[in-house]
Amino acid sequence: MAREKSSKDNAKALFHSLRSAYAATPVNLKIIDLYVGFAVFTALIQVVYMASVGSFPFNSFLSGVLSCVGTAVLAVCLRIQVNKENKEFKDLPPERAFADFVLCNLVLHLVIMNFLG
Amino acid sequence: MTTNLHFEMVRGLVGFMVLLLLLSICEAASFYQPISDSHRSAALELFSPDHGSFNSLEETYEALRTFDILGIEKKPNVITAACHLISNAVGSSSSTTKDLFYALKANSIVKCKINDKAFQDILTRLNTAVNDASSLLDFYYSIGGLVLIKLSSCFYFPPYVLIHCLAMLNQSSNADVHLTNADEIFHSVKAFSQSDGRWRYSSKNPESSAFAAGIAFETLAGVVSLASSELDQSLVSTLNNDISKLFDSIEKYDDGALYFDDKLVDGHDHQGPLATTSSVVRGLNAFAAVSDGSHNLPGNKTLGLANFFLGIGVPGDAKDLFNQIDSLACLESNRQGFPLAFLMGSIPLIFSLPFTVISLTKKNSLQVKVNTVLGSNAPPLTVKLVGAFTSGSKDASLVESQELVFDAGTGLHNLNNLPKSIDVGSYTFVFEILLHEPEHEKVYVTGGQKKVPIFVSGLIKIENAEIVILDSDLGSIETQKKLDLAGQSDVSLSANHLQKLRVSFKLTTPCGLAFMPHQALLKLRHESKVEHIFVVGNSGEQFEIVLNFLGLVEKFFYLSGRYDIELTVGDVVMENSLLRAIGHIELDLPEPPEKAPRPPPQPADPYSRYVPKAEITHIFRAPEKRPQKELSLAFMGLTFLPLLGFLFGLLRLGVNLKNFPTNAMPATFAILFHVGIGAVLLLYVFFWLKLDLFQTLKLVGLLGVFLVFVGHRILSYLAATSAKLKSA
Repeated sequence: MAREKSSKDNAKALFHSLRSAYAATPVNLKIIDLYVGFAVFTALIQVVYMASVGSFPFNSFLSGVLSCVGTAVLAVCLRIQVNKENKEFKDLPPERAFADFVLCNLVLHLVIMNFLG
Repeated sequence: MTTNLHFEMVRGLVGFMVLLLLLSICEAASFYQPISDSHRSAALELFSPDHGSFNSLEETYEALRTFDILGIEKKPNVITAACHLISNAVGSSSSTTKDLFYALKANSIVKCKINDKAFQDILTRLNTAVNDASSLLDFYYSIGGLVLIKLSSCFYFPPYVLIHCLAMLNQSSNADVHLTNADEIFHSVKAFSQSDGRWRYSSKNPESSAFAAGIAFETLAGVVSLASSELDQSLVSTLNNDISKLFDSIEKYDDGALYFDDKLVDGHDHQGPLATTSSVVRGLNAFAAVSDGSHNLPGNKTLGLANFFLGIGVPGDAKDLFNQIDSLACLESNRQGFPLAFLMGSIPLIFSLPFTVISLTKKNSLQVKVNTVLGSNAPPLTVKLVGAFTSGSKDASLVESQELVFDAGTGLHNLNNLPKSIDVGSYTFVFEILLHEPEHEKVYVTGGQKKVPIFVSGLIKIENAEIVILDSDLGSIETQKKLDLAGQSDVSLSANHLQKLRVSFKLTTPCGLAFMPHQALLKLRHESKVEHIFVVGNSGEQFEIVLNFLGLVEKFFYLSGRYDIELTVGDVVMENSLLRAIGHIELDLPEPPEKAPRPPPQPADPYSRYVPKAEITHIFRAPEKRPQKELSLAFMGLTFLPLLGFLFGLLRLGVNLKNFPTNAMPATFAILFHVGIGAVLLLYVFFWLKLDLFQTLKLVGLLGVFLVFVGHRILSYLAATSAKLKSA
């Protein structure tokens, strides 16, 4: 009983510490995290739809999902490059990273639109 | 002493003249046709000058000589073209010895006017060339040129005056067309000979050929005739040995044709057997004119060579035609008023038949022609039919020995009365040629007995032709129809698989004997184009075939229906061979069992394999059932939820636009940047709606450049601003 209680408490304590640590992150990183979450959720909804009605125009399904996943991946790359605590990218100006992000997204979406059919 | 010398000189001159005239004339066994009008028309076609002039002096000379030998009248444009080329070559100081040689050769035929100064000039050049010569061809052209010059002034006289002309020449200033060092030159040329009878072209090049041997003989004959003092006869007779050695390498076809061929594969100058053999013949001919005739070719050799040249038929190439005609003219040198002792060998007589089929219905008589190789008349002779044998049999002759009647008007020997014992079929007739005058036996060669395959054709009687349907077991006749194979017949029969079909007829030759044709076939063709062919067997005169449908059911693939019947009876000696549709038969066969073989597919049209094939269309995945529209729209709405969640989250985080640049310039760039991104996304929407990839790429390129520029400006401004803030 005590052990159960302690594991539950531990989980709660862990959750709280994570939450507070997360609150400390800079706002721009939080925006990016939000964006990633949005993209992933959109992808999930599409997968659920495909699971329910079948994958008939498979290329359309793929382009939809890959668009979301791709943009999420690019956003994660952006987050890595923009994070000031990341020593590897300390010389890279965040504007440059953002420009890369925008350009890569445009290319990704061109390909996606072509594949959409 | 002086008279002896004079005689020797005249003899040399005569030999030389003969040499030249033979050169200038230079106009099988299975039997080949002698030269005929087809050669003449080929010569006119092959040797027509392009745009009024020949391509080279060599070609000019070949054309003129061929026309001369064949007796074709030279048109004025040909003569003008030739004279033009000749005078150019003779007048120019840059022409080679080869050009001069061929110019002089051509001139010996057309006899264009060349002035004396030019002659002297050429003479000097040729003399220098002889002294400077090092290879066989150098000697050939220079010596040949000198020989032609020596005789040039005598061309205007007819042949029988030539001897006197030459005699006069000798005393005139043309004495400088002599070779004072003839011995040396003879030795230099002889040094190119080899022990196997072939000759080399030069001392540096080890290639040797029989073609070079012919050239060497011509050159040496020229040396002998140009010698100012008599050459050592032993030198000349050594050439006889060379000729014998060369003849050891002569090759033979099965029909008796003889030829020379060089086996050089890599040699750049590989001449074919025609060019090689004709070079040798020309060389031997030239040599015969200056030798004492002790080594003339035996009759069988000249006949073999003649058969080789005639066996070519009508060549399609100008040079081949020239080689053929020139060599045949050398083999037949029988000009009027000409001593026959200067021939290279016996003159071959060619035996030929205009046609080899005798028709018993038309009662035509067999005709035989005997000519010289160039198609001229033969000396008086008789052709005798010695025997006639059925092909392939060794029984006694079917006819008695008889002579053919000569018709002087047509020049043909006719076999007028064919004995009645000759029936339809193929035979071998044996002929023999008998010359009337005994001294001609040495001069002409006939080639012994001639075996000629002859076909005797006639009408074969076809009688008692009938077609019958029989009952299988009892053999009783159910339907019987008579066939009229000479005219039209269209019978209509019907049978089932329990019956038999019989077709029978009788074949007899005009003499009443049984006849076995090459083909006696019955063909049944189904309406679906499936065909079956059967051979009609015979016993003696009676031909019969019985088709037992019970046994043939499987072969016919169980196909019932209408079959067209066709009968073929044919043979090479049957003048009324027939391939006739007799009629049709409705055949009723049982149903095919499960595993019966299918008939092979018949091509609808033999050309159908070449028609364009069907267009290949891509096979897409079969479209499945789509969900209902409402469901799709519902999910689309559901997709927007995360977006709303994102925007809500942004608001929660307190996102604002405070950092938007306020200064005019950066502000415009910022706006333009956002507008640019929006434009690209709009372009993508249009891409999905109606544009194609290439248009989109073009526009994306343009917009991209703009975007990069603008983005760079605004972002660098922002970076600068934040750097300033940091440092501050």
